Amino acid sequence: MNIGDLIIRGGRVIDPSQGIDGVADLVIRGGRIAEVNKPSGGGTSSAALDASAPGAETINAEGCIVCPGLIDMHVHLREPGNEDEETIRSGCAAAVAGGFTSIACMPNTDPPIDNEAMVEFVYRQAARADLCNVYPIGAVTRGRAGKELAEMGQMVRAGAVAFSDDGCGVASSSVMYRAMQYVGMFGKPIIQHCEDPDLAGSGCMNAGTTATRLGLPGIPAIAEEVMIQRDLLIARNTGAVYHVAHVSTAGAVQLIREAKARGIAVTTEVCPHHLLLTERSVEHYDTNYKMNPPLRTQPDVDACLEGVADGTIDCLVTDHAPHGADEKAIDFQSAPSGIIGLEFALPLFARALIAPGLVDWPVLISRMTAAPARILGLDKGTLRAGADADVTIFDPQMTWVVDLTTLRSRSANCPYDGWALQGRVTHTVVAGVVKFTFA
Amino acid sequence: MKRAADRAERVGPPLAPAKGGKGEPMTWSHRNLLGLEELSAEEITLILDTAKAFEDVSTRSVKKVPALRGRVVVNLFFEDSTRTRTSFTLAAQRLSADVIEFAAGTSSINKGESFWDTARNIEAMGVDIIVCRHSVAGASSLVARNVRCSVINAGDGCHEHPTQGLLDIYTIRKAKGRLEGLKVAIVGDVANSRVARSNLHGLLKLGVEVTFVGPTTLVPAAFTELGARVCHDFDSEIGQFDVINMLRVQRERVSSNVFPSLREYSRLFGLTDERMQRARPDVLVMHPGPINRGVEMSGAVADGRKSAILQQVTNGLAVRMAVMFLCKQAADAG
Repeated sequence: MNIGDLIIRGGRVIDPSQGIDGVADLVIRGGRIAEVNKPSGGGTSSAALDASAPGAETINAEGCIVCPGLIDMHVHLREPGNEDEETIRSGCAAAVAGGFTSIACMPNTDPPIDNEAMVEFVYRQAARADLCNVYPIGAVTRGRAGKELAEMGQMVRAGAVAFSDDGCGVASSSVMYRAMQYVGMFGKPIIQHCEDPDLAGSGCMNAGTTATRLGLPGIPAIAEEVMIQRDLLIARNTGAVYHVAHVSTAGAVQLIREAKARGIAVTTEVCPHHLLLTERSVEHYDTNYKMNPPLRTQPDVDACLEGVADGTIDCLVTDHAPHGADEKAIDFQSAPSGIIGLEFALPLFARALIAPGLVDWPVLISRMTAAPARILGLDKGTLRAGADADVTIFDPQMTWVVDLTTLRSRSANCPYDGWALQGRVTHTVVAGVVKFTFA
Repeated sequence: MKRAADRAERVGPPLAPAKGGKGEPMTWSHRNLLGLEELSAEEITLILDTAKAFEDVSTRSVKKVPALRGRVVVNLFFEDSTRTRTSFTLAAQRLSADVIEFAAGTSSINKGESFWDTARNIEAMGVDIIVCRHSVAGASSLVARNVRCSVINAGDGCHEHPTQGLLDIYTIRKAKGRLEGLKVAIVGDVANSRVARSNLHGLLKLGVEVTFVGPTTLVPAAFTELGARVCHDFDSEIGQFDVINMLRVQRERVSSNVFPSLREYSRLFGLTDERMQRARPDVLVMHPGPINRGVEMSGAVADGRKSAILQQVTNGLAVRMAVMFLCKQAADAG
């Protein structure tokens, strides 16, 4: 297919990887970024642009922000095994609707992604969907059972970008030690779902006042913090690259902050719900508020917000976790954890971070582009000349109301129905081709 | 004990004396051989030269010399071994010694007491050389401290296997004509290998560059403190090695999570036919045996013309004859 030229005109181009923030035209040729052309500061004039590429498609981006394609490094696609909840194709459709041009998917499928054949399968399905880039994260242990190492070397050769047993953490210290030693050979990060199973027990929400009142077993904050503490020591000993998934407690953020100050190679991410909601939302046993890690307390939320602002928290993710309505419609204790998030991520993060003035757009975009690209070792998240033309265009002013009946995801499990949000993705471009347009 | 008969007869082919520190002829003064770490370069060279002299014995029609006639050698093996045990037995017989195979039960050396009793009891029968193999590091030293006869370490846990190290070095020297300046790779479960350790000590002293190759879980960086280079990407460095010595990978290791599967180990570190294409055309391939065909190396590589595996076994006889000869000589003198 001959990819024609694409010119995105008049938007506010923000590319943190190059320190660009200003109104400019973005010129795409042959699926790659050709130039960021400031109308006032040299470069090709608009008229010259029109003349040089008469058949070029044009997108009017006035009033919009134009940035490198957003990257979500924590997504659950339910294929293989639970295709009624989500497929790779439907997950990608949800992703591009949310402005994401690249996603990394977790291996807790059925069967899990713990060998090279499964890694290849994900790449194959993503190619068939032909929407956004999908990067498989392989399991650390065979079957995610936490006992024997999975064939990580072969998975790296097949294209796995990182390793995680997400859904649960690697509980055994010796297994984690061996895993960190072994993965160190390949330079890929280990992403840990930090939850000590002994401390978490049968907990289904944050251990605190609300859990006590509701009579539900709780997961204490230390369940997350103990595992981070232990992992940081092992990471320092082995020199491994370590990433804490979905951080949620003030103590955890502080541990990571201190570790970074000591030069340990640790990174972390946070989800929108841990920046906006607290345990008090779980008033009516509504499972749309059940996720893992659970919603915590306001001081925890504040600490996470501060962490994003000061860079302790490197990137923003959704932990998009589709579940069928029937699965979620049972008692709170038994229901599966997780909510979707791809299609509203950007405005939710804007509400949490931009609206109160905690970060500006360049910082927020950096946390969703350059940072995840760097952590996963991807040559993405940038608009420099020659880069793949993955671009997100969004209108930061547009307001809209979340309507769960119009989702592209196969699942609708989330608490955002009816929320009035500000900020909407208008176009998502992957390799120079428009994959999503907001009509 | 010196005997007139020994002095009168030729005890073996004339030896070319190695030179000691000040140009003096090097003499071997140790009644035991417990490891290569404590030996000097000259002492190791003396053993190799002595082995060369004994090599000729194996080509004669009567493959015996009377060097150890009337002496008793005991194979005190607390760990299974057919290969090393047979080699020592044959070497002792070629030196005309009487050989006793001590069938050790499963008595635990960890208790210390029974082991020391065992060794002392054996010595009391009038034994000249104890060849000792055990699964615990330091076992041979423990025996040596408690007997007056010679003790030769045939492998003590993960610590040393000096005669294996010597026969490996001998094989390299014979095939390449020299040792100084060679680059030798030892590949596999180095962390648990006494063969790797003995090779390392011996080779370094003789001016060889040693690289340990394997996954980070089996080749920890700590080995650099002992003088080895460490490499976890076999493909990136294979083209520079003059010698590649492959160690056996134990199936049981998978459960201790040092690598996920034999398949993955072999894909990353196995000496496959493809990987051999990237090695030097004159590379020497070695393995202490026994081989897991298809895991450490393909059958074709093991049987190919670059493989010195069978020469290692042959050379092992000459080396063990030399070691027993020298130790007995030192014990008699001391």
